[in-house]
Amino acid sequence: MNTVKIAIIGGGPAGLAAAIGAREAGEDSILVLERDRLSGGILNQCIHNGFGLHTFKEELTGPEYAQRFIDRAEELKIPCRLNTMVMDISAAGDGSSDKIVTYLNREEGLVQLRAEAVVLAMGCRERPRGALNIPGFRPAGIYTAGTAQRLVNIEGFMPGKRVVILGSGDIGLIMARRMTLEGAKVLAVAELMPYSGGLKRNIVQCLDDFGIPLKLSHTVVDIEGKERVQAVTIAQVDEHSTPIPGTEERYECDTLLLSCGLLPENELTSALGADISPVTRGPEVNESLETSVPGVFACGNVLHVHDLVDFVSQEAELAGRNAARFVRGEIPKTEIPDIRVTAENGVRYTVPEIINTDRLEDTLTLRFRVGAVYKDIYESVYLNDRRILHKKKKIFSPGEMETIVLKKSAILEVPDLKTITVKLEEE
Amino acid sequence: MEKRELTCIGCPMGCQITVTLDGGAVKSVEGNTCMKGDQYARAEVTRPVRTVTSSVPVTGGTIGQVSVKTAGEIPKDKIFDVMDALRTVRAEAPVSIGSVIAADICGTGVDIVATKNVERKAQ
Ligand SMILES: Cc1cc2nc3c(=O)[nH]c(=O)nc-3n(C[C@H](O)[C@H](O)[C@H](O)COP(=O)(O)OP(=O)(O)OC[C@H]3O[C@@H](n4cnc5c(N)ncnc54)[C@H](O)[C@@H]3O)c2cc1C
Ligand code: SF4
Repeated sequence: MNTVKIAIIGGGPAGLAAAIGAREAGEDSILVLERDRLSGGILNQCIHNGFGLHTFKEELTGPEYAQRFIDRAEELKIPCRLNTMVMDISAAGDGSSDKIVTYLNREEGLVQLRAEAVVLAMGCRERPRGALNIPGFRPAGIYTAGTAQRLVNIEGFMPGKRVVILGSGDIGLIMARRMTLEGAKVLAVAELMPYSGGLKRNIVQCLDDFGIPLKLSHTVVDIEGKERVQAVTIAQVDEHSTPIPGTEERYECDTLLLSCGLLPENELTSALGADISPVTRGPEVNESLETSVPGVFACGNVLHVHDLVDFVSQEAELAGRNAARFVRGEIPKTEIPDIRVTAENGVRYTVPEIINTDRLEDTLTLRFRVGAVYKDIYESVYLNDRRILHKKKKIFSPGEMETIVLKKSAILEVPDLKTITVKLEEE
Repeated sequence: MEKRELTCIGCPMGCQITVTLDGGAVKSVEGNTCMKGDQYARAEVTRPVRTVTSSVPVTGGTIGQVSVKTAGEIPKDKIFDVMDALRTVRAEAPVSIGSVIAADICGTGVDIVATKNVERKAQ
């Protein structure tokens, strides 16, 4: 059987940065497995600019950002198998913590690869339309925004001329502008929530710039057309998301784009038996970004959905570095129990959710998201009942991932640590 | 006196800013929470600019489309002129990031450059 020290599943920004992190930590034996014909992941179709402001202090397009990491991986001579689909990851079952990664490609056929550590970097996919519960027929002309993005930007094919978009996530906003620039008429963007989950900048530069109305607290109540979409009716909703009769507006159109959120791609992770968080829908991880299955690490959108690729790269580098520590036996064994981070008062989740101070490097980075828009409120971190962080912010919004960095030395100052709590507080 | 309503894109607050103009000169900026918003609003009402990104067909390459952008920002009111001009632009592989695909697009003084590497397809 082929063997490798670290197998990396997915060659998007997360997989590439994890591979670079592992190599820079001194690991020689790494293999990246990517099902697409190119590495770079979703960034290949994100041709708009706005990537990498944090990392490179300049605004890159998605493909440019990806290329920097592809170049670095090549410089470090990290092998990447393209057109290679990973089918399964399971325990070697011989008492070791090794994994058997089963993959398929045209040159080698079905291959079993034995790896000492695995980094999961499979990204996410869009919520399919079946999950959206829109009544009516299922005519042609309904696409997820990401599919439309691939068609327009990669295939050079315009899916329609008159468009309604449901959901105001960033991909939907970006596609409103993209289709407008390509000559389509985007009639409206309907958003179920009373706020948009998209970035302000995208609302201004993708909708306002072109006079496209954003209809908050609206949803699609009817789709007309048997073969092809002919019209879409939207209506306002009340606080229980129920359509309000009499508020219907009908738009004649040939296309409906759905931009209703992303879900981490975790079939392989669940089959492997890793614990999945019901909130993030990604695996639960500890401070080393290791899942509940020892030697299996996770990063990027497969772990939790990110809006900024810079944070994906940072997180992935840490996962790669820890995978290298794992194969060298450098992650210390510990006697003290793990601590579960509690998310309270508006904080929906944290990643990581499990901490062990013995395994911690110099700092602990906690990322979190809130469940609604909050203004002039404090983010707080409690270790047991001692508050060690209390910071006021003008705004928290569900669309923006928040980051807290704690020093290990500050954490160790608290004796007999049992609980870590992250919450929002009025004062 | 002319009033213009803007949403600041400086941070997630998205302050609603009102700019009062008198014959093109900014008289007042209101509604912003910080100076960043003031600067944004002044620039936006006097000389709004944008980066345009798109993709154009590429011949002889391993893929069929190459993504492109304006190498710098262009006046906002030129966006559709640039898009129209791009409709007839073709690139030829190989292309590398930064290669000029169309020089001085629409007399803006700004080039259209590739944002992706496309290798030449082996014969
Ligand atoms: C449409 C869109 C617009 C965005 N816009 C911005 C923006 O403007 N600015 C910004 O900073 N960020 C943006 N982001 C966020 C950022 O680009 C993503 O968070 C980032 O690309 C995630 O990286 P990833 O490597 O985790 O996932 P991906 O990029 O999705 O990569 C995952 C890779 O894994 C591969 N894979 C999956 N399953 C398997 C398998 N079984 N076997 C082999 N390979 C597999 C996939 O083919 C893919 O290449 C955007 C994201 C999306 C989706
Ligand atoms: S004015 Fe300041 S606080 Fe308001 S949105 Fe702009 S940057 Fe944010």
